[in-house]
Amino acid sequence: MSEATTVEGGPELRSVRIGSGAGFAGDRIQPAVDLVREAALDDLVLECLAERTIALAQLRRQSDPSMGYDGRAEQWFRALLPVALDQGTRIVSNLGAANPLGAGRLAIAVAREMGRSCTVAVVTGDDVLDALDLDSPCLEDGRPLNARGPVVSANAYLGADAITPALATGAAVVLTGRVADPSLFLAPLADRLGWDLSDPATSAHGTLVGHLLECGSQLTGGYFADPGQKDVPDLATVGYPWADVSASGEIVLGKLPGTGGLLDRRTVREQLLYEIGDPGAYLTPDVVLDLYGVTLTETATDRVRVAGAAGRTRPVQLKVSVGYQAGHRAEAGISYAGPGCVERARLAGEVVRERLATLGKELRIDVVGSLSEGAEGEVAQCWLRVAGLVRSLDAAETICHKVESLYTNGPAGGGGVRTHVIEVIGIVSTLVDRDAVNPETTLLEVP
Amino acid sequence: MSDVRLWDFAHARAGDKGDTSILSVFPLSDSNYPWLVHELTAERVQQHFGEEFRAEVRRFEVPNVHGLQFVCRQALAGGVTTSLALDAHGKSMSSRLLALRLPHPRAAQAHPDS
Repeated sequence: MSEATTVEGGPELRSVRIGSGAGFAGDRIQPAVDLVREAALDDLVLECLAERTIALAQLRRQSDPSMGYDGRAEQWFRALLPVALDQGTRIVSNLGAANPLGAGRLAIAVAREMGRSCTVAVVTGDDVLDALDLDSPCLEDGRPLNARGPVVSANAYLGADAITPALATGAAVVLTGRVADPSLFLAPLADRLGWDLSDPATSAHGTLVGHLLECGSQLTGGYFADPGQKDVPDLATVGYPWADVSASGEIVLGKLPGTGGLLDRRTVREQLLYEIGDPGAYLTPDVVLDLYGVTLTETATDRVRVAGAAGRTRPVQLKVSVGYQAGHRAEAGISYAGPGCVERARLAGEVVRERLATLGKELRIDVVGSLSEGAEGEVAQCWLRVAGLVRSLDAAETICHKVESLYTNGPAGGGGVRTHVIEVIGIVSTLVDRDAVNPETTLLEVP
Repeated sequence: MSDVRLWDFAHARAGDKGDTSILSVFPLSDSNYPWLVHELTAERVQQHFGEEFRAEVRRFEVPNVHGLQFVCRQALAGGVTTSLALDAHGKSMSSRLLALRLPHPRAAQAHPDS
């Protein structure tokens, strides 16, 4: 596992290898298994919880109290638990979503079924719906939190200090609900390297590691390929990244030999600035991260050294993500092909708009085309897409029906209607005082 | 001198935070960073997207990685949760930005390898 060296006259210094096994809820599972099996990781982090995902999960929990954790949690546990337990790699994840205890019980059930002993530590306390004044203004535009629709969830972004007590139990798996994504990485680094979370310097290093790794293969060639300009080898088998981190905050990024993708200065700097609203002040619950001193050095193939993260004292309050019911989104489409197909699709769009005029809702209408082989500039086939956001399920289905009725009541040659309706959860934000949030750790065990 | 397409000289990545599109742009060759800083102004980016961007674009220079960061508020038709756009996240905004045309690096300043 990790290299352990003793420096004369000083404490034991070691480097920790932390891997990224998922960058979003729908991520590929096999590269995470490969990483655990072959990369000698201390910790594997699975980041699976987008802003609105937790609100949708909250709705699932309301209809069945045993649900509300990530819908693929069982797949992840089945694939990863045996190899992680064999390798001694700890799993840290926000797969708990709206029901971390439910996810913990599931992990225990999977381990028991496999005949493995296993301890799972569950972090709760991010759900602050009961503590919130829903008439208070949201950060986006100052309107009340409940002005846009019925509020269904409110989850505070917990920091690394909420996770470290769970890690300290020695559990093999640590599951959370809403925590800040980089905190999922900072916490195990602090746990293993003895970092004091009130020290902005080390928190900055750990947060930078988390920021770079939290999107999985976006660091190693995913979300990067642009043929002819940025070519990526073997994108189909793109591997996930890890970071080797020392107690003093030295960071070296790497990926498994033999996996697809690439890790170089370009992939790292694209991810370094990814979704950063202010490079001098990236706010997390743990630190205010300053990226202006960060340097990137390619030290070998698929190895990049990262240095220079700086930090200031963490924000006083925690950010809260509030989910509200925003109605239903209908999306429906029909295809046209051959000469004049774009004009027929546009006519179809006008027809639908006219037939839905009484709905009183603005529709989004796109015509998406593909060029024919060899005939420069000529559209061979196209797709009319009609989308609308409406309050009721009935109204959404009406939109779909008006597109479907283009079969016999629209322009010539319309085919392949597809319709789709989803319930939409909107998100607004607010802040909450830290002392209004009380994270707790629960330990579950298969002896 | 003829202008060039940004795609031929830079790479970019798009991210989103609510209704804010965040676009990171880097020159393919480090030596073109001064050219990029000079030519790819917040105003030019704003113009490129026209009325789709409903608020002022803010630009950050990040010279330590030769980056420019464009923070574009009110740019994603409400943001991923309620947007009706085909690409509700705005992941494709980076590629659309790379279609922008700028004066050739040679025209702006002298660069040995441009």
